[in-house]
Amino acid sequence: MRLIRQILLRMLTTAVTLIGVAVIVFVVIRVVPGNPIAMMLPPGATDEDVLRLTALYGLDKSLPQQFLIWAGGVLHGDFGTSITSRQPVLALVLDRLPATLELSIMALVIAVLIGGVVALTGTRSRDSGIEAAIDIGNGIALSIPDFLWGLILILLFGVLLPVFNISGRITPSLPLNFVTNFYLFESILRGRPDLWLDLISHMFLPSLALAIPLSAIIGQVLKQSLKETMHLDYVTLSRTKGYGENHVILREALPNAILPTLTLVGVQFTFLIGGTVIIERLFSYEGLGNLAIDAVINRDLPLIQGIVILFAVIFTAVNLVVDLLYAVLNPRLRHG
Amino acid sequence: MADGRGTIRRRAGLRLWLAGGWLALLALAAILAPWIAPADPLAQDLLGGRLPPIWVRGADPQYLLGTDSLGRDVLSRILWGARIALIVAALAGTATALIGATLGLLAGFLRGWVDLLISRLIDIWMAFPPVLFSILLIAVTGPGLGPIILAIVVIDWTRFARVVRAEAMAQGAMDYVASARVAGRGRIGTMLREILPNVVPTIVVLLTLEMGISVIVEAILSFVNLSISTDQPTWGGMIAEGRTSIHQAWWVLVFPLIALFLTVLSFSQLGEGLKDRFDPVLR
Repeated sequence: MRLIRQILLRMLTTAVTLIGVAVIVFVVIRVVPGNPIAMMLPPGATDEDVLRLTALYGLDKSLPQQFLIWAGGVLHGDFGTSITSRQPVLALVLDRLPATLELSIMALVIAVLIGGVVALTGTRSRDSGIEAAIDIGNGIALSIPDFLWGLILILLFGVLLPVFNISGRITPSLPLNFVTNFYLFESILRGRPDLWLDLISHMFLPSLALAIPLSAIIGQVLKQSLKETMHLDYVTLSRTKGYGENHVILREALPNAILPTLTLVGVQFTFLIGGTVIIERLFSYEGLGNLAIDAVINRDLPLIQGIVILFAVIFTAVNLVVDLLYAVLNPRLRHG
Repeated sequence: MADGRGTIRRRAGLRLWLAGGWLALLALAAILAPWIAPADPLAQDLLGGRLPPIWVRGADPQYLLGTDSLGRDVLSRILWGARIALIVAALAGTATALIGATLGLLAGFLRGWVDLLISRLIDIWMAFPPVLFSILLIAVTGPGLGPIILAIVVIDWTRFARVVRAEAMAQGAMDYVASARVAGRGRIGTMLREILPNVVPTIVVLLTLEMGISVIVEAILSFVNLSISTDQPTWGGMIAEGRTSIHQAWWVLVFPLIALFLTVLSFSQLGEGLKDRFDPVLR
């Protein structure tokens, strides 16, 4: 019963958050100076044309009315029509979403790999010069945001030592007969190394830029909780049983040390997804973030609205998944 | 463990000195920019575009760090750009701290519906992608120094509010607060006289970190061409220009990037160093 009540409460607060986001975006973008309708009409359009189109997009109604019409549409899966491209917002957004998801997940995988290796190495050689060096490296990696890492990586591996692509998602001259927009996922499933190698060459630097700060956080927190676990009695016991250091760290300490890291990774993963906006711009990667910035520059109100809501949905969904995972993995909460 | 602590303190001390040193140098350069900048940061030299820094062949000794595609002096632009960066850092950081800490203090100490309201707002704010939100706000307000500071405050107040709220809650549960109340101090009085002094160290640390974040936000907004007007040299604007000509003139990107990197690193190291200083366990 308690679990059900908690889940219901959680869903309620999530709904309040999403409605709050929708209201704020709605109000903020309607304060935008400059008439988006006038911008989309050719020169020489009459005032009548402007009025007709304003009515078509519902911009002649009062703000609360506009919101209710929009919210009603959203509940039916209709996010309105983009002003610049005149296509349904939902279709445009879903078209770009896979690119951003693939980039974020690749970044998450890289961050977990680097962070894990760093934490394990630090624990293996604790209280030595290596651990001190790891701490300093972590400190720097944490202080510098993804945007700057992106620029540094562009310089190092795009210009100085040009081994990776620094622009776009895939080489346009390749045969792009994809069924879905999950290019990377699909090309791996179809066993097309010519495609996925090219995709990875494009995605590696932007995802690494997103991953570096997160990997430092994972490294730091996981190392800390590993160190604490290493002092516990059961770990000492397994050591007296004659198990080697690697076994003790990986098999005994790690499963118990992973929980605090998990909650943290959840929150930080939402920051990482938020970071894709500028990183996609920096690497001309055709994802949601790049679409968002174009939408803001073009004053494409329905599109901006749809993208921000989608980001908010992703953020809250990630938090929800992490909380559920935590409940599943933590025995104390499961039986509480 | 005494030795271990000694090393931590020494390292923290060095860190504070290096970070503080760079920021002091930068502040000095920013103040003196009109006198020490070798050239007018806006003066174009169309025949001297994309000249490399002086240690590279084909350079003009007049331009120490080279010129950009319009022939503007990179060094002078970095020095003038430092002004904008530090002004944004100081003003936006302080304003964010004031507003965020006030809301956090109110929520954490008064509890009840005030806390409920502020916590809900924080939840909503955390569901926004911050970079997109700031770009959106600048698109609404139009570019300029004021709008940038406003955007940073509007987006980042939660950083202070969240931490200060938690800290005020923890402090509020302590005995000394209860005894102050028993001694006849009012609620607001207790909040300002008893709780606030105890959360100031945290606020100072967060403020230092926020200054670094502000510098980055300004650079990101300049990068998407939404910052201050184009006739003000900014690091972000220089980086945006450098990104497009990266294969022809690396120095247009590299030097402002180094300045930005060191500044952001210094602010955050200063914050971390102060955190260690304020931490009673390490002290």
